[in-house]
Amino acid sequence: MIGGLFIYNHKGEVLISRVYRDDIGRNAVDAFRVNVIHARQQVRSPVTNIARTSFFHVKRSNIWLAAVTKQNVNAAMVFEFLYKMCDVMTAYFGKISEENIKNNFVLIYELLDEILDFGYPQNSETGALKTFITQQGIKGQHQTKEEQSQITSQVTGQIGWRREGIKYRRNELFLDVLESVNLLMSPQGQVLSAHVSGRVVMKSYLSGMPECKFGMNDKIVIDKQGKGGTTDEPGKSELGGSGKQSIAIDDCTFHQCVRLSKFDSERSISFIPPDGEYELMRYRTTKDIILPFRVIPLVREVGRTKLEVKVVIKSNFKPSLLAQKIEVRIPTPLNTSGVQVICMKGKAKYKASENAIVWKIKRMAGMKESQISAEIELLPTNDKKKWARPPISMKFQVPFAPSGLKVRYLKVFESKLNYSDHDVIKWVRYIGRSGIYETRC
Amino acid sequence: MTDSKYFTTTKKGEIFELKAELNSDKKEKKKEAVKKVIASMTVGKDVSALFPDVVNCMQTDNLELKKLVYLYLMNYAKSQPDMAIMAVNTFVKDCEDLNPLIRALAVRTMGCIRVDKITEYLCEPLRKCLKDEDPYVRKTAAVCVAKLHDINAQLVEDQGFLDTLKDLISDSNPMVVANAVAALSEIAESHPNSNLLDLNPQTINKLLTALNECTEWGQIFILDCLASYLPRDDRESQSICERVTPRLSHANSAVVLSAVKVLMKFMEMLPKDLDYYGTLLKKLAPPLVTLLSAEPELQYVALRNINLIVQKRPEILKHEMKVFFVKYNDPIYVKLEKLDIMIRLASQANIAQVLAELKEYATEVDVDFVRKAVRAIGRCAIKVEQSAERCVSTLLDLIQTKVNYVVQEAIVVIKDIFRKYPNKYESVIATLCENLDSLDEPEARAAMIWIVGEYAERIDNADELLESFLEGFHDESTQVQLQLLTAIVKLFLKKPTETQELVQQVLSLATQDSDNPDLRDRGYIYWRLLSTDPVAAKEVVLAEKPLISEETDLIEPTLLEELICHIGTLASVYHKPPSAFVEGSRGVQHKRLPPRAGSGESTESPDVGQSGPSEAPPAVIPSQGDLLGDLLNLDLAPPTATVPSVQPSMQMGAMDLLGGGLDSLVCSSPAMGAGLGAAPAAMPASLGSAPAVGGGLGDLFDLGGGVGMPTGSYVAPKTVWLLAMKAKGLEISGTFARRGGIIQMDLSLTNKAMSVMTDFAIQFNRNSFGLAPAGPLQVLTPLSPNQTIDVSLPLSTSGPVMKMEPLNNLQVAVKNNIDVFYFSCQYPLSLLFVEDGKMDRQVFLATWKDIPNDNEAQFQIKDIHLNSDVASNKLQGSNIFTIAKRTVEGQDMLYQSVKLTNGIWVLAEMRIQTGNPNYTWMCWRRPHVRECVSQNDSPVIS
Repeated sequence: MIGGLFIYNHKGEVLISRVYRDDIGRNAVDAFRVNVIHARQQVRSPVTNIARTSFFHVKRSNIWLAAVTKQNVNAAMVFEFLYKMCDVMTAYFGKISEENIKNNFVLIYELLDEILDFGYPQNSETGALKTFITQQGIKGQHQTKEEQSQITSQVTGQIGWRREGIKYRRNELFLDVLESVNLLMSPQGQVLSAHVSGRVVMKSYLSGMPECKFGMNDKIVIDKQGKGGTTDEPGKSELGGSGKQSIAIDDCTFHQCVRLSKFDSERSISFIPPDGEYELMRYRTTKDIILPFRVIPLVREVGRTKLEVKVVIKSNFKPSLLAQKIEVRIPTPLNTSGVQVICMKGKAKYKASENAIVWKIKRMAGMKESQISAEIELLPTNDKKKWARPPISMKFQVPFAPSGLKVRYLKVFESKLNYSDHDVIKWVRYIGRSGIYETRC
Repeated sequence: MTDSKYFTTTKKGEIFELKAELNSDKKEKKKEAVKKVIASMTVGKDVSALFPDVVNCMQTDNLELKKLVYLYLMNYAKSQPDMAIMAVNTFVKDCEDLNPLIRALAVRTMGCIRVDKITEYLCEPLRKCLKDEDPYVRKTAAVCVAKLHDINAQLVEDQGFLDTLKDLISDSNPMVVANAVAALSEIAESHPNSNLLDLNPQTINKLLTALNECTEWGQIFILDCLASYLPRDDRESQSICERVTPRLSHANSAVVLSAVKVLMKFMEMLPKDLDYYGTLLKKLAPPLVTLLSAEPELQYVALRNINLIVQKRPEILKHEMKVFFVKYNDPIYVKLEKLDIMIRLASQANIAQVLAELKEYATEVDVDFVRKAVRAIGRCAIKVEQSAERCVSTLLDLIQTKVNYVVQEAIVVIKDIFRKYPNKYESVIATLCENLDSLDEPEARAAMIWIVGEYAERIDNADELLESFLEGFHDESTQVQLQLLTAIVKLFLKKPTETQELVQQVLSLATQDSDNPDLRDRGYIYWRLLSTDPVAAKEVVLAEKPLISEETDLIEPTLLEELICHIGTLASVYHKPPSAFVEGSRGVQHKRLPPRAGSGESTESPDVGQSGPSEAPPAVIPSQGDLLGDLLNLDLAPPTATVPSVQPSMQMGAMDLLGGGLDSLVCSSPAMGAGLGAAPAAMPASLGSAPAVGGGLGDLFDLGGGVGMPTGSYVAPKTVWLLAMKAKGLEISGTFARRGGIIQMDLSLTNKAMSVMTDFAIQFNRNSFGLAPAGPLQVLTPLSPNQTIDVSLPLSTSGPVMKMEPLNNLQVAVKNNIDVFYFSCQYPLSLLFVEDGKMDRQVFLATWKDIPNDNEAQFQIKDIHLNSDVASNKLQGSNIFTIAKRTVEGQDMLYQSVKLTNGIWVLAEMRIQTGNPNYTWMCWRRPHVRECVSQNDSPVIS
């Protein structure tokens, strides 16, 4: 199991050091600093073995978190734990920075004592932790016995993510379907790989211990229902370009509140949600993806000192919808001396520090087309190595889900309190963003 | 709120000031001071001097302060054990506190203080806490048992905490169950043989129930524990799989990977034709692909594991090539791993896509990545024959870029392509030769030189090219030197007329001016070959080479199986067994996949390691009921030799025995032991004049004449006892010898696996003569792949005795870092003939007369052309002593005695006629009946 956990600043100075196992000594702290943080070479692996000691590290801005062990630990668990640790810290004091860590070091030690025992991760849900560890010091000395046992049963209980007795005057929930669409396209316009990775993020302000059921246009569920005779209304999608009713989900994962065995057997998503914001599910689709934009590049080398670049982008969704924050990044060679750009829409600029032409368009409706052309002057070099021609990348945001996913329902049941599904105010929003959206040129 | 100020105090006299503050009356000031102490501790300053002052602050009702003091205690208690005792009372008191959080805190902290005296006091509170009404305290106490076990394992056992911990597996609270499982698994690791976890269908059911309810971390502990369970049959295996599959949809990647581990392992037990097997295969792919959208560090862990899974079960991900395409922004470690998996998945169906990608990668920035991409193109060519041509042309394109490291890498792989497809792509040699000057890396230079040498007859200026390398011969690396030497010799054999001078030059450079023994040896071999027999040289040097295959980079199957059992862990990230990077006893246990289910796959199935030495010994032992059958086979050179048919009379058997025994005796001298010694077990008490058998003795005499008198006893050539395929790559061959009165087992251990073997040990099962190793197996250096080590193991005869069938059967267990292997072998009985086996004449005479007639056996040895003196000398080398000799009617009569290690005497008479055949009469006598090997079924001739 995890033998110790260290947090360093960018210089390699230790901010937090907590040792859980006897086999980890102080010299481990220095070993990591010397061999990884101060290493001249770029980091070649997130796992480093130095003198039979293994170091796992993640970096958040310029802070290094390192877990140390001498045993054959579950490596995936260690990384998941480090991410979780970051989440917990962020939930307590915001951004992970040197200053914040120093300001909260007592709190961090308390947290580390609680969520890692002898190197074994324990309950690390912020919701539960916040009931007895606070920035103002520890609650506990002035609690009643009932409160105490409530805390402990929550920390260890089946529903560790929610406490009892939550009350809201207005029961409300927000569902955000956030998708990032990823594309790798060949210069000839052939799709090399495309997938959508989506998340359903829920913000719930519900009283009591509500039982929720979430439904979406999952092909497997819809097909099953279709066979059963209960056809849904012939739902025409009001968003996006396609009118398909259901989507094929390649794979999905759920927050630990979701009953996985029920999903596995009935494919229904039921759960008691945590209070506040959390990620209900993640999913991935690869079939019938709506690619909101198409990039058509044309790069021509005119002699040894000049490049001509022309890039056309086409929007491929309903004309009534608007894409926002569009940005096209056209890489330029390292030996670029000057660039002249002409674009039909938006603004384009050559950014020498980033070796790219950045073309920004605030808004663009569906089924439109726009174009940029640039002349790039090059300095003659005797460097034999050819320019690597990184792909043209794109960023955007669209108000629909490129996968075609639709929320069909989210039902809320709370038997003990007297509010019904109808009393809950529900909000659903779809946002599609670009993930890694690249076209080779 | 601004605790950062504590980090800034660095002035002198700080400790003194802190001391004052710690002893302040004001609570706030105390707390501030403790915080400063902790901050100093964090940055590595030694604040142990403040120990008493900090401990004084412990008695407080302020929980935050208490936690800080505890933190300090955990760090320094070990350095100040006496002072730490001061804290005990507070701990014990806190364990009784009304607040469960405080009770748990006290128990948790106490377990972290590694001071003997404190641990003593810990036992009672811990016992209470394990049965606490609050689950939070129980789950903390469960982990505390593991802590205590780490400090003092004996104490934990004596106090019965292990049983309490086992009870917690049935606790009503899932988190308590999970922590108990984690603690038990850890404790079990340091007791490899204890049946601590004691997994049975009932406990498994409890674990599976808790699995649905506990935290994500608890699920990981439980899944990792489940993976070590071995289901009784395929049905149980399937039902566990069914309950584990829902975990594949968990958001936590570690839960997913641990579930994958359980499934991969238990799948092994499912018959392949089962529908469920196919369903399971389909279910595994999507979650594995999803892991690739996790954070990069997790992607890396996932990819390392996928690499193993793809090798074990390629069918799972064969359609998922695209998800392994490298993204421009992937961290380099993700890129390299993806590339590796792409090559593994490359097939005829997707090769076009893969090649297009690889070509793209070859123009990237990162040098390592580009090299690997180029290498990958070469591997594709070797793997998918249809694509070879395209790969070669892609490589040529890359060579045209003139990027130095791309060119070098391309040349290295083209060499391999030549070796896979000889006489197909030699047209590209000209292009390669153009780039000769730009090669500065040894591997590339060596590859190029190899190509020039191999195809010397097609390269007009081969001699010039090679000569150019020769100028700086001594500055080259060994790799290049060796290659250059061979290439020039090849060239000479192909074009002898023009290159005589060149070959002279390289041979003298290699043999006279070099310090490298490998190079010198190779030089001398070539030199002698060329000078003695050029035709033979040609045959040797220009011999046809075996084609290389693409599977060279696969992980060795036994290691792969072990790694599959470690999916998700560090072992799977390093691709090394835990013993390679974990110190001490932990992780030394080797995990293995359950035996493969279903028929028709027996070749794939791993050995069942649990099989005791008596089951399935690898050596071939015929299973005829008749012992003689076995007996007859003794000591015939290969153990697989045909078993003589045994249905005829006993007489027949006896004679065959002699034939067999004496054959080997004869081949090189008195190894008659095998025949002799084995006989008491089964020798029929009948005499018979046997017809002449075999032509063995003749050999004996030939040998005797040629080499002179051997002084020691006969040593049979080594035979293979343990086949590499049955022992995860370890091959053992050996023989027995008696040297200077000491019995020795001569072993050759050969490592035919791909990983280094260490930690050898040997043990014998009980056997007829009580043979046992007299010392440990002396294999001091690790055995690297393809290495052979010869060891001699001295044996004693003081081990436990148990009658074996056949009598001289010996069952051996050999252990190394990989596993324990069992085999059996047979030793010649002459091994047991002791040096003081010469019986006093008088005693001999007296005894001889006492031997009842029906204890006699007669054998005949044919074709011995030795006179009696030589024969008796030879036999004496094997401790068969001639007591007396007389000559009757042209016949030499030798009276001989032999004594076995267990005190059994054997008396014999040998008649040698001048001319053929020679008769031997043999008689046995056993004074020590108690020690006799068996009383019932071995009629003794005495």
